[in-house]
Amino acid sequence: MSGWNKGDLLDLKDLTRKDIETILETAKSFKEVSTRDVKKVPALRGKTVVMLFSEPSTRTRVSFELAAKRLSADTLNVSVSASSLSKGESILDMAKNIEAMHVDMIVVRHKSSGVPKVLADALTPGIINAGDGCRAHPTQALLDMFTIKEKIGKIEGLKVAIIGDILHSRVARSNICGLTKMGAKVTLCGPSTLIPAGVEDQGVKVTHNLDDVLKDSDVLMCLRLQKERQQEKYLPSVREYVKHFGLNKEKLKMAKKDVVIMHPGPVNRGIELSAEVADGENSVILEQVTNGVAVRMAVLYLLLGKKEK
Amino acid sequence: MTNDSKIMDKETIRRSLMRIAHEILEKNKGKESLCLVGIRTGGAILAKRIQKYIKQIEGDEVPLGILDITLYRDDLTLVGAQPIIRETLIDFDLTGKKIVLIDDVLFTGRTIRAALDALIDFGRPSQIQLAVLIDRGHRELPIRADFAGKNIPTSIDQDVQVVLKEIDDKEDQVVLKKRGQK
Repeated sequence: MSGWNKGDLLDLKDLTRKDIETILETAKSFKEVSTRDVKKVPALRGKTVVMLFSEPSTRTRVSFELAAKRLSADTLNVSVSASSLSKGESILDMAKNIEAMHVDMIVVRHKSSGVPKVLADALTPGIINAGDGCRAHPTQALLDMFTIKEKIGKIEGLKVAIIGDILHSRVARSNICGLTKMGAKVTLCGPSTLIPAGVEDQGVKVTHNLDDVLKDSDVLMCLRLQKERQQEKYLPSVREYVKHFGLNKEKLKMAKKDVVIMHPGPVNRGIELSAEVADGENSVILEQVTNGVAVRMAVLYLLLGKKEK
Repeated sequence: MTNDSKIMDKETIRRSLMRIAHEILEKNKGKESLCLVGIRTGGAILAKRIQKYIKQIEGDEVPLGILDITLYRDDLTLVGAQPIIRETLIDFDLTGKKIVLIDDVLFTGRTIRAALDALIDFGRPSQIQLAVLIDRGHRELPIRADFAGKNIPTSIDQDVQVVLKEIDDKEDQVVLKKRGQK
C-alpha cells in the first residue's frame, strides 16, 4: 500500500517529504500509460472530476483533463465566462451546487489566494489546487521536481536557481517549498522589487545578480515576466529586465554544460529566455509538459483512492 | 508452534517450471510467435525463469513482458489507500501473438481477469494461455490454468506463500499458512 491518506491537494506545505516521494514514484509508472496505443486504464472508472477555472489556462487545464480521461474518469469543464459566476453567484455557492450533483473531485484555479482552501473546508469532494493567486500551484512544482529527478537522477543536494518575478509567482512559492523539503539548495534571483521580503526565512538564498547563479547551478528555472503587472512599475523597463535577467546563448556559456533549463510556461520569447535557449538542448520545457500529465494522473489516483477526507 | 506446511522446495519448483516450459512448447508446437508475460511481482520472476528454460530447450529466447495489473483491479475503490503502481514493460507488439500469461498463485481468478483486460489494451493476441505455479482453487470467475505446477486443495482461511530468491533473498519454497501469519 502507498500509505496515502489525504483527500485534498492544496499546498505542498501540507505534504511530507515521503508524500512527495510517493507521488513522484507513482507518476513514473503512469508515464508509460501515455505512450501506449490505447492511452487509457480503467482505474478511476465511474469517478467524476470537475475543472473549475476562473483564470485563463491552457496547459494546466488540458493536462488535468487528459490525466483524468486516461484514468477513465469523466471530466467536465466549468468556465467562468459562461457560468453563473458571471451572474454574481459566489464561487462557494456554485461549488456547492456542483457538489449536490455528486462529483468526486474539483480541480480549481482562482485569481484569489485561498479559494481552494475555502472550498476544501466546506465541501465533501476532494479539492485540487490548480493555482490560487500568488500563493500556490502544487502540481506544477511536483511536475518540475519529477522532471529534475528524471533528468539528473536526484533532487537532494542539487543547486537550483529560480529566476525572475518571484513576488507574483505561485509556481516559485510551491517550488521553494517542495525543493527545500526534498533537500535541494535553492537560490532566488531577480530584481529586488520582485523578491518578497523575508523570503530567506524559508531556507533559500537571494541574489540580484544573474552571474551569481549561472556558474554552479544544476537547474535554472526561469519564470514568466508577468507583463500584465507592468503598469504597477516594478521595473524601469522590460528592456532593462531582459538585459539583467534574461537568459540567452551568451550568458549560458557561463553555466555548467549539462545545466537543466526549465520554464513553467507560457514563455515570453526574447524576455526571460531567448528563443535559442528555449529551444536549445539544455531546455526541458516540453518534457515538463509531458510529465505534467503523468504527475496529475498520480495525484488524481492517490487522492481519489482516499474515501473519507 | 505454527501450522505451516512446506508444499514445494527449491528442487520441486525448478522441476515444475521446467515441465511447464516443455508443456508450453509442446502445446504450441515450438516457440513460433510465442511470447511470455509475467504478472508483477511473483509471476514476473517465474516468467523470467521459464524464458531461461525455453532458451535451454530451444536455443533461442522468446520475448518477455512484465505486466502491472493494479490499475485494472476491480477492488480499487474498495481498499483504503491506493496500492503502489509499478511500471508495465511490454516492448513488443502483442497483435497476432500467442501469449502465455504467467502468475505464481491462481486463486479467485480476479487478478487474471484484470490481466486479460490489460493485455487486450496492448493489442489483439491470437491466443492467451495461462501458466501458474500453484492452483489453489476457490475460483470466483470462469478462469482456468492451461499449465499448472501443482494443484493444492486449500481452505479459504489459508494463505499460499511463494518465496522466491530474487524477491525475498531466501531459498525458493512454497508454504501453506493460516491467514494472517507472517
